[in-house]
Amino acid sequence: MRWLQRHVRPEQIRELSLLLLIVVAILIFGSQIEGYYTSRTFNRVASSVAIITVVAVGQTLVVLTRNIDLSVGSIVGCTAYFAGARIAADHAMSPLLLVLVAVALGAAMGAINGALVAWGRVPSIIVTLGSLAIYRGILIDYSGARTVTTDSLPAWLVDLPRWNLATLGGLDIRALFALALAMVIIFQVATSYLNVGRRFYAIGSNPDAAHLMGLPTKRIVFTAFLLSGALSGLAGFMTLARFGNITVEAGRGLELQVVAAVVVGGVNIFGGSGTVMGAMLGGVMIGTLEQSLYRLQISEFWRDAVLGLLILLAVASDAVILHRLRALWARTELKLIAKPPPLEAEP
Amino acid sequence: MTALLGRARSWEGLLLAVLLVIAAVNVMYSPYYLGIGNIVNLFQLSIEKIIVVLVMTLIIVNGEIDLSVASVMGLSACVMAWLFQMGVAMPWAMLAALAAGVVAGLINGFWVAYVGLPSLAVTLAGLIGYRGVARILVEDRAIGGYPLWFNRFGQQPLLGPLTVSIVIFLVLFAVVAVVLHRSALGRLVYVIGNNLQAARYSGVRVRRVKLALFVASSVVAALAGLLYAARLGSVRGDMAQGFELDIITIVLLGGVSIFGGSGNLAGVGLSILVILNLRNGMGLANITGNTQTSVIGALLILSVLAPNMAQAIESKLKGRET
Repeated sequence: MRWLQRHVRPEQIRELSLLLLIVVAILIFGSQIEGYYTSRTFNRVASSVAIITVVAVGQTLVVLTRNIDLSVGSIVGCTAYFAGARIAADHAMSPLLLVLVAVALGAAMGAINGALVAWGRVPSIIVTLGSLAIYRGILIDYSGARTVTTDSLPAWLVDLPRWNLATLGGLDIRALFALALAMVIIFQVATSYLNVGRRFYAIGSNPDAAHLMGLPTKRIVFTAFLLSGALSGLAGFMTLARFGNITVEAGRGLELQVVAAVVVGGVNIFGGSGTVMGAMLGGVMIGTLEQSLYRLQISEFWRDAVLGLLILLAVASDAVILHRLRALWARTELKLIAKPPPLEAEP
Repeated sequence: MTALLGRARSWEGLLLAVLLVIAAVNVMYSPYYLGIGNIVNLFQLSIEKIIVVLVMTLIIVNGEIDLSVASVMGLSACVMAWLFQMGVAMPWAMLAALAAGVVAGLINGFWVAYVGLPSLAVTLAGLIGYRGVARILVEDRAIGGYPLWFNRFGQQPLLGPLTVSIVIFLVLFAVVAVVLHRSALGRLVYVIGNNLQAARYSGVRVRRVKLALFVASSVVAALAGLLYAARLGSVRGDMAQGFELDIITIVLLGGVSIFGGSGNLAGVGLSILVILNLRNGMGLANITGNTQTSVIGALLILSVLAPNMAQAIESKLKGRET
């Protein structure tokens, strides 16, 4: 027990148990569905998880600072449509430039949210509820309710989702999934080891203390929204590549799934704790459920009910179990301080 | 004079001014605007939302939020439709739908008040989960063919030109006004919203109040769901989806603080009139629904941004004087 407490934090136990839950879910589905353990299932889950995960990484940064970004679905829709319209008009556009256009547009939209929250001192739930409506409205007006269709896109973009980077033990690692993994690794490392990353936690744990310590709190909150927007822009590009057909409805309701992934992944909705890895696991859990319930044919209509229950359980277990674990960890530390190891007896 | 200025500078004064401007523009645009038919219609088109707004005001003043209301509206309508299709008599089906609202409210309230989970997370789970249950019941069908009296219930005037829904709204408005501003319970709602810890240490039964509010919110949402079903004459799984955005927007625009403890029903009443007239006016001016939603989104942000900015400028000016 002492060893466990020294090397594992309660939050890591939380993530490990979620991983265990995913394994259990996969075993249960595997016993019910014929031909479940195939690379096809993996591909389906991986490609549905990729987009949610990229947006969830950005959402994690925002939630860590004690804020929330509900406008991500609209940003994904806007960037997917805008990037699609650009590339359809000019097939010669370089792929890198297309990605940059999507990311830059997303970042600009995120920056507007961030500026209103940080310097306008408007609560983030109000700002992003508003911009959820505004960005979607702009998209519908801009597009004139037209649709980007697959046959107007260049071949490389349509083939991108099926592009294999590597094959690991029969499982294909597709480009979009690899991109999502890369984002998770970059931001996980940045938030755990870099000064800049730790600041997100500092603000979420105690905004006043962070401010008194001299941290530029406003700039950090702004950065979180900027990054959330930029990652949503990247997800917009991925949405364009994956679906090809982009209507004005693209990405609608995505914010719910993303917030669900983040909450199930153990990121505290009041800021200051949780990790990018956890959010990815939350996304994987939701993606596995979504794809497997569909295969189970007990009716896809069960999906939302199960998802709702899962969120409730995740939040409840955080409040009840994680709280106890933290208290247990803290008690042992106190004991160590109160009773230092005995000194060598003097001769 | 200063009192009048103070009144005008208050949030309600500002809303009243905005309302008068909108009404004046609407009168210039259309001769039919002031007709009794248009006024009734203006209320009737969003009546279910504004019924839910009243209880949402109590919840937000209490320092919580209920994102699940639109899903409860859908759930109640789907429970009613599902039972009706199974051959249950209409009154019993409606009663069961209201009971579903009670259950949803008890679930929300239990986790928030007794376990102490954040209401944002609990009702987000409810938003997804209750909608899921509604989908399980109705799947992708559209269920209609209700008795004539039920359909009339949504359309037919009851008192003069006022429909059943509008009468329910007016009665509920009066009830909520008395509860919030003239009763002991109302004071508790403010006290808890202002300072939860202080309320608890003063012996306020915080849990009971919160549970009661969440149950009230869901029951009223269930009732609104039935009224919506009666007005449309047909029920689908995605009914009332996304209504929570408009409902919360109206409450916050009415000057109720998202952090709880402040705001009043007069402001919310004015905010209802502003939003309804704005939508009506934009509709008369041929502005599409999406642009209307964008404008209301911008209004929501401005409603908090403008006072903040005014305060910042004021304190800067004061700083210069000294």
